[in-house]
Amino acid sequence: MTQTLTLTWTTVCLVDRLEPDRGVAALVDGAQIALFRTADGLFAIDNRDPVSGAYVLSRGIVGSRGGVPTVASPLHKQVYDLRSGHCLDLPGVAVARHDVRCRNGLVEVRLRQEG
Amino acid sequence: MSGGDLIVIGNGMVGQRFVDALRARDPQGSWRVTVLAEEGRPAYDRVRLSAYFDGVSESELNLHTPHDGVRLRLGEPATAIDRDRQVVTTAVGEYRYDALVLATGSYPFVPPVAGAELPGVFVYRTLDDLAAIRAYARGRRVGAVIGGGLLGLEAANALRLLGLSTDVVEFAPRLMPVQVDQAGGAMLRRYVDDLGVRTHLGVATTAIRPGADGRVAALELSDGSTIDAELVVVAAGIRPRDQLARDAGLPLGPRGGVLVDATCRTGDERIWAVGECAAVDGTCHGLVAPGYATAEVVADRLVGGAATFPGADTATKLKLLGVDVASFGDAHGTTEGCLDVTFTDPATRVYAKLVLSDDAHTLLGGVLVGDASAYPTLRASVGGPLPAAPLALLAPDGGGADAGALPAAAQVCSCNAVTRGDVDAAIAGGCADVAAVKACTRAGTSCGSCVPMLKQLLDAAGVVQSSALCEHFDVSRRELFEIVRVRGIRTFSRLVAEHGRGRGCDICKPVVASILASLGSGHVLDGEQASLQDTNDHFLANLQRDGSYSVVPRIPGGEITPEKLIVIGEVARDFQLYTKITGGQRIDLFGARVEQLPQIWRRLVDAGFESGHAYGKALRTVKSCVGETWCRYGVQDSVGLAVALELRYRGLRAPHKLKSAVSGCARECAEARSKDFGIIATETGWNLYVGGNGGFRPRHADLFATDLSTDALITLIDRFLIYYIRTADRLQRTAGWIEAMDGGLDHLRSVIVDDSLGLCADLDEAMARHVSSYSDEWRDVLNDPDRLRRYTSFVNAPDVPDPSITFTRERGQPVPVRDHPPTGSEPTNGHRRQPVTLGLPEVRR
Repeated sequence: MTQTLTLTWTTVCLVDRLEPDRGVAALVDGAQIALFRTADGLFAIDNRDPVSGAYVLSRGIVGSRGGVPTVASPLHKQVYDLRSGHCLDLPGVAVARHDVRCRNGLVEVRLRQEG
Repeated sequence: MSGGDLIVIGNGMVGQRFVDALRARDPQGSWRVTVLAEEGRPAYDRVRLSAYFDGVSESELNLHTPHDGVRLRLGEPATAIDRDRQVVTTAVGEYRYDALVLATGSYPFVPPVAGAELPGVFVYRTLDDLAAIRAYARGRRVGAVIGGGLLGLEAANALRLLGLSTDVVEFAPRLMPVQVDQAGGAMLRRYVDDLGVRTHLGVATTAIRPGADGRVAALELSDGSTIDAELVVVAAGIRPRDQLARDAGLPLGPRGGVLVDATCRTGDERIWAVGECAAVDGTCHGLVAPGYATAEVVADRLVGGAATFPGADTATKLKLLGVDVASFGDAHGTTEGCLDVTFTDPATRVYAKLVLSDDAHTLLGGVLVGDASAYPTLRASVGGPLPAAPLALLAPDGGGADAGALPAAAQVCSCNAVTRGDVDAAIAGGCADVAAVKACTRAGTSCGSCVPMLKQLLDAAGVVQSSALCEHFDVSRRELFEIVRVRGIRTFSRLVAEHGRGRGCDICKPVVASILASLGSGHVLDGEQASLQDTNDHFLANLQRDGSYSVVPRIPGGEITPEKLIVIGEVARDFQLYTKITGGQRIDLFGARVEQLPQIWRRLVDAGFESGHAYGKALRTVKSCVGETWCRYGVQDSVGLAVALELRYRGLRAPHKLKSAVSGCARECAEARSKDFGIIATETGWNLYVGGNGGFRPRHADLFATDLSTDALITLIDRFLIYYIRTADRLQRTAGWIEAMDGGLDHLRSVIVDDSLGLCADLDEAMARHVSSYSDEWRDVLNDPDRLRRYTSFVNAPDVPDPSITFTRERGQPVPVRDHPPTGSEPTNGHRRQPVTLGLPEVRR
């Protein structure tokens, strides 16, 4: 059973500030978020690498696996599905994903707290 | 007989092999083993003895493996065997035995001529002999070798390497009379002549004459001539060491040696003999393969087995004075009615002969000189049908000799008695590459000559080794490099669109980034390239476990002024960085947050530092010892060369990291032989070693070229590096690259020394481009506001430092707080961090 608590949208930065196929870290309501801009659109996930506990996912390499947009942890290279947050290398491991949109050239993020 | 006290007399190659074989068959340790060794060092590889003169160290030749329940008594030769009391006597005491194995080997035969005992006359048998030859050769000019067989030619090459002008005297009418025929010997002589070694064939040495100082000065020959010789090596054959057995009253062979039957048992049921001292059914064998076979037989018998000596494989393949020579089976055609097929090409200096049965269907033996590539397949085919038409087999590239045609019973690896059937079974059991087959069957782990056959057998079994980089590219890094280079592609998006699929990943993106950087495509963070870089290259610093980075400024050659050292200290203090000296003679500053990196670089760059590329698959350091400037042993300026090399190759991106070192003398304090390219000073120049590394699989570098001038050295390193960068696989260090190369070191030499592929001008030009286009990556970022923008903690809160990075103090320095318990499905892998301070005195600060 997944309960989703929806918070409000927070404006983070100009969309031009996001380099294609690269991530940045953002601070939203005190939480560290990793933001990515890829050819498939914008993605937001927790910045915390669940395997190491370090806040580094925004610095991973963006790519694809079998058509799925991905990011690889820069520490030990586990690959995550940017759409779902699921780790594609370790069953049962996932990062929280968040809502992200671009409005009037501004990137906005809305946290999801799944529990 | 199934246990008790076992004494082994002798710790040579076969003695050691026997102990290894017994321990493998007797895991319970029912035999308590004592090995009595005459030499002061444990077993070493006598077959590769001459490699000692190529700079191979004693430890690399070591063959000794310690086993539980085996006592090794070095420097304690047996002096007598008392068969009634079952006791072996040494200078130290007595050892009782339930079983005794004689592995005393052989001794060099010295012809009974006057002067054989003069100072300056040596034999060529042990490491001590070689060390004595090397010491005596110093300052002398002319040497001679008595004996033109296998060992004699090795000795001649050794003298040549020691700088002596060398004569070889051989009683037989040709060189290597045991292994090759007259025509093969004649071909071999052409090679030997070219090396400046003079041969005197069909003559005997009648006397060894001293000079006025009482030391050896000349040889008198049976044809009346005299040759000058300040140093003489006698390599006129070997004789079995059977004195102990003789004194103990054991039966001997007709020409010496301890007589044993096919079970390797002597006339005494408790005593066995193995290796060169054993006369199996009356015949002694002076090669290691039959010796190993006797060791296996006795080990098997001692645990109740029924093994018998399978017959001697006298096949030999070796590289003598740079020439491939091989001989196998009935090389001299002594079988009645046999037919010879020969091939002689004076232009390429290749000679080959096959000996066939009278119906020309069965291969009986052969001789190969100049090109022995067909040897493994031919040797394995002896006694069976020809694997191809004779002329195809003899073609210089051995093109017709394919292991795929061998029967299952054919022996692929004679050193370890592995058949094709064994290899096929290993492949069927899941071995998918040569390394796995070697590990599983032991084939190819001794002399290595059958390794090409293992590859052919994998091919024959239909095992395809994929070279695809990842799901986005079907080609290897090497092929990708060529595509990028030849087509002039400069972006990942174009490359993946034209030659791959998908959007790339953490495997192919850094590979392409490295290829683009190697080809000189601007700053590594320019445009789209930035998105390809691993985080280390992206931030030009090294990511640590807590998400912080470490910073390593370049300290070329490990040489640093006090002023610069103070700046590093001030930067570390002001930014509260943990400071540690690295193995590469520089200083690593840990615990920097991304937004601090440009500030730290600014301070360092202003003081004259630049990036040390510790974060890149690139040249790291060129380590050095202090060299002849200060050291009383140094013979060249090792620091000066290290600085020059580090500045020349700084920033050079490669398939993997590159490390180097320069030692100022043969004492090798800079540990150059553990580097990708290492340089060791000589009296007259530099020796270049390539393909070394530390790490998970440590490997010593191989000697590549000797006594080079500085210019010649740099040219060779330039070509070595660019050729490596162009042709190595992803994350393949130079060692693996050379090992995987067809033809290995010789091929590499032909490409970058002899320019066999016509590449050298291109390689030289590529390095010249690298050297002239270098610029400091840190400084380039500091001068570019766009690049600087990346160095922020949070895109929407650049003034807030990452709150997850916190430090505690340990031994007076900041270290990460370890409060990140691993989550997810990965257990801790049994990882337990061990406390290291308990009970230890605290270091005073």
